[in-house]
Amino acid sequence: MNWNDVRKDFPLLVSDPSLCYLDSSATAQKPCCVLDAMRKYYEESNANPLRGLYDLSQAATDAYEDSREAVRSFINAKSTKEIIFTRNASESLNLAAFCLTERLCPGDEIAITIMEHHSDLIPWQMTAKRSGALLRFIECDEEGLITDEAFDAAVGEKTKIVAMTQVSNVLGVRNDIKKFAEKAHKLGALFVCDGAQSVPHFRVDVQALGVDFLAFSGHKMCGPMGIGVLYGREKLLEEMPPFLTGGEMIEYVTREGATWAELPHKFEAGTVNAGGAVGLAAAIDYYNKIGRENIEAREQYLGNIAFEALKSVPHLNLLGPREASLHNGIFTFTIDGVHPHDIAEIMNADRICIRAGHHCAQPLMKFLNTPSTARVSLMFYNTEEEILRLEESLKTVRGRMGYAE
Amino acid sequence: MQNSFYREIVNDHNLRPAHKHDLPGANMELRGVNPSCGDDITLFLYIEDGIIKDGAFTGDGCAISQASADMMLDLIIGKKKEEALHLSELFLRMIKGSVSESELDELEEAGALIDISHMPARVKCAVLGWHTMESLIDPKLIESEA
Repeated sequence: MNWNDVRKDFPLLVSDPSLCYLDSSATAQKPCCVLDAMRKYYEESNANPLRGLYDLSQAATDAYEDSREAVRSFINAKSTKEIIFTRNASESLNLAAFCLTERLCPGDEIAITIMEHHSDLIPWQMTAKRSGALLRFIECDEEGLITDEAFDAAVGEKTKIVAMTQVSNVLGVRNDIKKFAEKAHKLGALFVCDGAQSVPHFRVDVQALGVDFLAFSGHKMCGPMGIGVLYGREKLLEEMPPFLTGGEMIEYVTREGATWAELPHKFEAGTVNAGGAVGLAAAIDYYNKIGRENIEAREQYLGNIAFEALKSVPHLNLLGPREASLHNGIFTFTIDGVHPHDIAEIMNADRICIRAGHHCAQPLMKFLNTPSTARVSLMFYNTEEEILRLEESLKTVRGRMGYAE
Repeated sequence: MQNSFYREIVNDHNLRPAHKHDLPGANMELRGVNPSCGDDITLFLYIEDGIIKDGAFTGDGCAISQASADMMLDLIIGKKKEEALHLSELFLRMIKGSVSESELDELEEAGALIDISHMPARVKCAVLGWHTMESLIDPKLIESEA
């Protein structure tokens, strides 16, 4: 695999070679093929999908439904009925949490981990409030690892739902979803997986993992913004009430009520984002063309270099696992005496894009005892040179903030 | 942010603040927080006969939030409340990018933060101390915010 050629697929990176983009966990850059596919859809197939009886509307419907099949195959779901298009992982998780409310009674418990993104935390807080269920937290150790003991301490007979991210957007740790889903199922609980930081980086097979729900965003895997996915087991989705209501999610409507459309349309009210779905399908094609194992190996390779580079910076404190391979391309750190926002500002002066703040994970920040941190995150299109630039720039931060060393 | 004058002034006030300490004699005290970035200061003022006789702050945050609060205290200590509010109005206008040369001079060193007008993400940090001071000495503002 020639990774220099791969990088040339990204117009933003090509047009501005001095830019060093190290914030792909926030959103990934987009290759030409994704932009071209969306343009082609709007130039050649655009009409309101699922409605019209004319050929053009059928073409739009086909483009949209073909994209659903591409997603199904990508995560190995059994049926396209199990693939709901949403705006992003946040909306997917809100859908799951909201529509599972009626399965809960006062006294039941929901368990989530302390490392969840706010997107996989606040929806469950709301569901707990609505249903009278208790929200419990599965703790992690200081490296971010969740032990069986920690899981068992928070999950038990009363637990009806377990929600867990596959990869932490702060610490980069990867949770053993297959094992924890199995443990949850043994107790009769459902298992919801946040795949926002995992699906873009390695093969995620919903059947092999045994999860009941999986949420992810298109924009973090080189697709466009505004398209996301919720996978749900068909039987569960059948049992759940709709989320948003309106056009194209109904079967019959009378003055008094309505019956719902078949899956997956029951959960897709209103005009859908067909252009976004087409873009996501193009991103999936792109991933398959490069090869998912190649992507994983490349990111592991870059991750190892970044880990060593960051460790060589004096006064830099790397959070999370002490082993490079456990970071999944996500590196969160602080520098003694320098606020993370000041780190990011100085990086910006050197044209290096990194994230700083609480990373939408305030309870985890509290657990780590730091209000905010800086984060570097990698994607297969990053280069060794970019990591070297990062290292050199980080080594100048304290000096530029007025410290003697 | 390439401006070395800005960098120097911010670093100086961040690393060697003149007014970052407790103020046991203060008769006014208010906490100001930027939840999104963790800037968290408590501002103390000692006001007598409408004049800010002394002031200090404590807390944590990025260099801009800390330096800006320190420079603000440099400016307002010894001034009347009304003068302090006038300077605050100037400062906030400077951050929005609409201040004249002579007005900028009134802000003395705090004028170095004019560069923040090109950095929307850092505006909250720069204005935290000023907003906290306004809320503290102008009860009308507190009412209107509540």
